[in-house]
Amino acid sequence: MTTRVLIPSGALGLNYDQVALDRGIAMKPDIIAIDGGSTDSGPAYLGRGVSKYSRASTKIEWRGLMEARAKAGVPLVIGTSGTCGADNAVNWMLDITREIATDLRQSLKIAVLRCSQDTAVMSTAFSDGRITPLPAAPNVTADDFATCTNIVALAGAEQIAAALETNADIVIAGRTTDTAIIAALPIMRGNDAGAAWHGAKIGECGALCASNPQSGVVMMEFDNDGFTVIPLADGAKATPHTVSAHMLYENSDPFILYEPGGYLDVTDATYAALDDTRVRVTGSKWVPADRYTVKLEGARPAGFQCVLLCLLRDAHYVKNAQIWANDIISKCRSKVIRRLGVAPEEFEIELRLMGQNASFGTLETHAAQPHEIGVLAIVTAKSNALAMEIGQFLNPYLLHHPLTQAEEQPTFAFPFSPAEISRGQTYEFCLNHVLTLDDPMSAFRLEQVQIG
Amino acid sequence: MANLGEIVQKIRSKNAGPFWLTVDIFCGTPHAYEYVIARLFSATVAKAFGVNTQDIKRFDIANLHVVKFSLPRPHVQGSTLDPDMHGASWAALLAELPLEN
Repeated sequence: MTTRVLIPSGALGLNYDQVALDRGIAMKPDIIAIDGGSTDSGPAYLGRGVSKYSRASTKIEWRGLMEARAKAGVPLVIGTSGTCGADNAVNWMLDITREIATDLRQSLKIAVLRCSQDTAVMSTAFSDGRITPLPAAPNVTADDFATCTNIVALAGAEQIAAALETNADIVIAGRTTDTAIIAALPIMRGNDAGAAWHGAKIGECGALCASNPQSGVVMMEFDNDGFTVIPLADGAKATPHTVSAHMLYENSDPFILYEPGGYLDVTDATYAALDDTRVRVTGSKWVPADRYTVKLEGARPAGFQCVLLCLLRDAHYVKNAQIWANDIISKCRSKVIRRLGVAPEEFEIELRLMGQNASFGTLETHAAQPHEIGVLAIVTAKSNALAMEIGQFLNPYLLHHPLTQAEEQPTFAFPFSPAEISRGQTYEFCLNHVLTLDDPMSAFRLEQVQIG
Repeated sequence: MANLGEIVQKIRSKNAGPFWLTVDIFCGTPHAYEYVIARLFSATVAKAFGVNTQDIKRFDIANLHVVKFSLPRPHVQGSTLDPDMHGASWAALLAELPLEN
């Protein structure tokens, strides 16, 4: 049996080529699957439980996919809804779906898969040894779980399969692995599991595994011993090189991919061109694990920030920018401690010299002399009021601080008034762990919703 | 002596999750690949990124003419000191690395 998975784009919000999508629908796919997010844009989305992409854009693209689904008469699945996949973002996606369904007068069965975890339950699981660290995980204690604003577990193929078994028209899933939404149906239909996971990894970024990656749309065709990559946009071509190279992308190991319930091994996979656009892959292996684990992601508040920006253009100051910046940090810190009575560890002041070493800091190897430097000042403190107050302490230094007492008072360029810009609450990732489950569904909640 | 970026076709870096960075060196030709694997040492890469050599994972992928390094991120993604949310600029550190003849 062959299973065709139509992937419109690497993520909802990145747009897709409508002509290529129509071409995919004409090929009669068995499912349409699209990713809705990742951790790639940082911890604030998970911390807040919100989407990175605009609601208006998301709605326009999702409407197009809901219309395509109705035409194809197959399920439409979105994984990692609303960038982070927390319950709040899932509900946001469900609301958008309701609005579109009403507009289009579609009557729909929706399966909603929720992945948010209760912090107290996770804390207990950690104390019981059911949560274990992955390489490079931060040190956490049972108490740290309570500080998270959102913890999500990454669903795999089992949970997506459970959602599809409800015969839903649309599956709105919280956090899933990027691959699970693509691999689930081929696995359910008995296609080769190695091929299902490998094809899912190749297809998870849409047409990024082919030329013309911006088109988005790709069809992955799975069977009992392999899969075929079929890019659908005009001029898009997959080659054994573009397909095999995609295993490298955002993946710390190019041959092994860990998923809930096991791992994919592509060491012996072979890639063959069927013609000048399609690639056939065989020899991928799925190795089931002894215990079922899901990865956890958690984000927690990391202080409030105030930022200021000024520009150094005077050659003397550009040349001595690091000395100037270090002197400001030291003098301003002392003043804050003295006048506000706050402890040194309660706040941070950083001056990033944009154009000099802001990308790599002390690892920078270039000693080039720019003619202008942007100074991005970043204040981090435990409250917004304190961060803004420290920003006000910093302001006069950035405006007038001389390199030595002997020189005339300088004045530097400020692009904004007020100079202090509140970034509000910031967040940090605090988990790189897995949770062991007796039953794949025990950390997830599946709800069936009828619209119209 | 030439910089690594002048010898190979392309170097890219990217997050592999919030705690890992991965760098792919696409050498482009078998000749460039052989040249690079003979001269680019994991210890040199570790030093460039300020991490311990034993924390680096290295993959020499002959059929793609690719050398790949994965390492704990120099700063956890999105932490206060992280300058690059997507990890894409770090490739420049390796592109500018001089290789001995």
